[in-house]
Amino acid sequence: MGNPMTEQTQTSETQSSPRSEAGQKPDIIRVEGMHKWYGDFHVLKDLNLNVKQGERIVICGPSGSGKSTFIRCLNRLEEHQQGKIIVDEVELTDDVRHIDTVRREVGMVFQHFNLFPHLTVLENCCLSPIWVRKIPRKEAEASAMEYLERVKIPDQANKFPGQLSGGQQQRVAIARALCMKPKIMLFDEPTSALDPEMIKEVLDVMIELAGSGMTMLCVTHEMGFAKTVADRVIFMDGGEIVEEAPPHEFFTNPQEARTQKFLKQILQH
Amino acid sequence: MKKQTIDSRPAGPKPWYDPRVRSLFFQVVAITLVFWGGWTLVDNTLSNMESRGISTGFGFLEESAGFGIIMHLVPYDATMSYGRTFWVGLTNTLLVSAMGVVAATILGFVLGIARLSSNWLVAKISLAYIEVIRNIPLLLQIFFWYFAVLSNLPSPRQSVDVGGTLFLNNRGLYLPEPLTQDGFGLVWGGVLAAIAAVIGIRLWAKKRQLATGQIFPTFKVGVAILVLVPIISYLVAGRPLEWEIPALKGFNFGGGITIIPELAALWIALSLYTASFIAEIVRSGILSVSKGQTEASKALGLPHGLTLRLVVIPQAMRVIIPPLTSQYLNLVKNSSLATAIGYPDLVAVFMGTTLNQTGQAVEVVAMTMAVYLTISLLISLFMNIYNRAVAIKER
Amino acid sequence: MTESTMKPPKKVLSPVNWMRQHLFSTWYNALLTVVVGYLIVTSVGPLLNWVFFDANFQGSDPSDCSGAGACWLFINQRLNFFIYGFYPDELQWRVDFMFLLLAVSFVPQFIERFPGRKWLGIFGMTGLPLIGFFLIPGGSFGLEQVESTKWGGLMLTLILAYIGIIASLPIGTLLALGRRSEMPIIRGLCVVFIEVWRAVPLITVLFMASVMLPLFLPEGMNFEKLARALIGITLWQSAYMAEVIRGGLQAIPRGQYEAADALGLGYWRKMGLIVLPQALKLVIPGIVNTFIALFKDTTLVLIIGLFDILGTVQSTVTDPAWQNVAVEGYVFVAFCFWVFCFGISQYSQKLERKLDTGHKT
Ligand SMILES: Nc1ncnc2c1ncn2[C@@H]1O[C@H](COP(=O)(O)OP(=O)(O)O)[C@@H](O)[C@H]1O
Ligand SMILES: [Mg+2]
Repeated sequence: MGNPMTEQTQTSETQSSPRSEAGQKPDIIRVEGMHKWYGDFHVLKDLNLNVKQGERIVICGPSGSGKSTFIRCLNRLEEHQQGKIIVDEVELTDDVRHIDTVRREVGMVFQHFNLFPHLTVLENCCLSPIWVRKIPRKEAEASAMEYLERVKIPDQANKFPGQLSGGQQQRVAIARALCMKPKIMLFDEPTSALDPEMIKEVLDVMIELAGSGMTMLCVTHEMGFAKTVADRVIFMDGGEIVEEAPPHEFFTNPQEARTQKFLKQILQH
Repeated sequence: MKKQTIDSRPAGPKPWYDPRVRSLFFQVVAITLVFWGGWTLVDNTLSNMESRGISTGFGFLEESAGFGIIMHLVPYDATMSYGRTFWVGLTNTLLVSAMGVVAATILGFVLGIARLSSNWLVAKISLAYIEVIRNIPLLLQIFFWYFAVLSNLPSPRQSVDVGGTLFLNNRGLYLPEPLTQDGFGLVWGGVLAAIAAVIGIRLWAKKRQLATGQIFPTFKVGVAILVLVPIISYLVAGRPLEWEIPALKGFNFGGGITIIPELAALWIALSLYTASFIAEIVRSGILSVSKGQTEASKALGLPHGLTLRLVVIPQAMRVIIPPLTSQYLNLVKNSSLATAIGYPDLVAVFMGTTLNQTGQAVEVVAMTMAVYLTISLLISLFMNIYNRAVAIKER
Repeated sequence: MTESTMKPPKKVLSPVNWMRQHLFSTWYNALLTVVVGYLIVTSVGPLLNWVFFDANFQGSDPSDCSGAGACWLFINQRLNFFIYGFYPDELQWRVDFMFLLLAVSFVPQFIERFPGRKWLGIFGMTGLPLIGFFLIPGGSFGLEQVESTKWGGLMLTLILAYIGIIASLPIGTLLALGRRSEMPIIRGLCVVFIEVWRAVPLITVLFMASVMLPLFLPEGMNFEKLARALIGITLWQSAYMAEVIRGGLQAIPRGQYEAADALGLGYWRKMGLIVLPQALKLVIPGIVNTFIALFKDTTLVLIIGLFDILGTVQSTVTDPAWQNVAVEGYVFVAFCFWVFCFGISQYSQKLERKLDTGHKT
């Protein structure tokens, strides 16, 4: 921990969220001038973002705009080639130790759940606490059961993922990430692989989580969720952050033409 | 015909159009044909054998065989019975199969993992090996090792001599044989104690991890114990082991353990050939674990090694084991190519020499086929149990 | 809009960078690269020398070989034997003609847009064996008879593999249908047949065919050795073929069977018109793979005394006239098999990939 990068960021602090009260605390995520390429293809262009502890951010944008790539850079599932990403005062570089530290503090929920099919729900939840945090199994299981209760499926604890519905699997995935007691949660379109009737059960869990003060970054097209929960909505297109505003402003008075066009398409649905 | 419509029951189909009747009819025809065919064969065979003066029944198994076998794991000499030749052949088949399974598995896994290596050179070499070896007939490879490599080794008098204890020539590989002396029981005791200790440590480490979360380096400590304890007990017991060094006597070596060239060629070829198939199985097994699984594991903070051990390998093994066992079955069946170079396996000894001498083809062939059928059934039984266990665990 | 002109940093991968990434990324990778690289470098030179630079290509008898490198002239000298066995020289045009037909029917299958390749393929599976049936043995249409004991070499290898596959296709299909039948007795018989053949090694089958078949048949009736081997190979291969085809039948969605039932098609029409055409198309790669396996396995016939290509080479390298040419002989046969099998397996993998994408919605 303890990264000597604090002076530089003071400047960008000025434009941070108006709602945040804890102005003193350093931002928990800082992205500065970040670029990423896939071969020759410039996926992410000069991204800058500061996230305060406890902030809830929704990222939206057309398909292929680089949303997934962006949040996957935040726990180094993808590596960036230029610029800085600092998560909880640890800069993401090639250093394996930094990567492991960050990944412990950052939970992630995927579009396709990615539960481990050979482990039960409970084992899925306990795997990382036991092997990474080195918590006794009893404690890990007790804490996993608490989270499973929070996502309202304690009765499924001993089933295998293949025996659950999509909505249940996604809630297990959320519980699994929470079991590591992360400081930040990343969501990559958590509801877009679900049948409509299951979306609500997952969103309810996410709303409850937001209420508990978790720092959250969600890629989602659930605009209702954005309106009720988000502190800020970020609109990405073509690998750039096009617009960034509190949800009320974002939906009623979008500034950019590209945002207006996107909102029109998505609200017609 | 028309009168039937008066019947109060709904008119059933005419028997010929009733699917149940048809099905019954076909099955009766089929079974009749099979029995008729089988009976004809038996009848022909019996009359043919009679006219050739071949006796029937399994009485020949008691008769003296009268031929020598160059390699036998069970005691054997020419005065023993044909029944004994069956066991000699069977044990030789099992020996080369077991040796082949072990070597092919190790080499196959190494090659399969090498194929996915980030090292370009290693990955390409492995690919080249696989594509070359599996596209060349096994029999040809056996010939190559036997006739082109091993027969070209020097004669016993000019043997390749490794430190005066290990000799290689065109008659085989001669190894020193360990002869246990008094007091070797202590070493066996040491080995058993070491195994028990490792099992104990494993149980204890697991329990402690469950209770306190601390992880004990079971593997490293276990290897250390398994290596050190037997060595120490060997020294303490006063080195109760003597080696019988093979020595040149007349035209050939005597004493020690001999690996005859037939066994060596068959073993090398079977292992190399089967390994190329196993490598492909391992590779596709590992690749079958989706990228999402490793990503999810990494996102949970599990480092690379643990991701492999806890997430990738358990899932890959489920994909690997079924085709792997069928490769083992293939290896056992392929070991019958022994006949071509004269390694005395079941087919060469029993279906070859014994059959030729007794002429009792039906009995001999039936017994030989029964052996392979049994092995195959055992392997599919194992597969079914395994698949059921996995199915229950996953579903 | 804001089209970026930025290039990724250090985008150009110099050879040094490439090597650092792919050969020396970690210390153990570097070590592996050095060790493996050393082994390759030290073995490639002598190998090339043996195969090309020190090898003897010209000459007519063993004394023309220097012994420093490979003695390829031995292959040259005996090539006729390796290809045709004892088939009379003046009649070898018949075999050449069949080789030509084979090439014309099947080489176009590798070329995506060859016009009428489907018809050539169908000819290869039906007309070609028919022509071969009359042409190779002769004895009719005024053709001189050539006994099967004189056939050998590559020609015999191809005959065994080809007839093995062609004959096992219909038997395998029937067995596969039988194994999926609803009649328990039929199903049971097929299961037993398939599993017994699959459990035993081909050698035992060949021994059985050569030793037991004469005992099974009524007195006076007998087959030549080649025919007996073919019967054994075909029965054995049908069991494998049945399993491949069964895989295809299982891959056809239930809806197809139900749709055929709904149209009122009977069993044979349902299978023949709806299910089998789809299933057989799906299993072409599987059939090609079993062909490769069978092609390699035909070498076993030398154990019962037939002279396939390996058999002809084996009998030559053990001939005292030619000493120490075993390696050359084996390399030659290995090369022949490798070219065939590798080529065909690449083709089947390509097909598999194509079918894979074609079947996903
Ligand atoms: N592994 C990859 N290699 C090359 N291009 C990729 C890769 N992953 C994503 N892309 C490309 O990067 C762009 C952004 O992808 P992504 O971040 O998944 O978009 P989004 O999540 O916004 O739909 C897309 O154009 C996609 O085609
Ligand atoms: Mg995405």
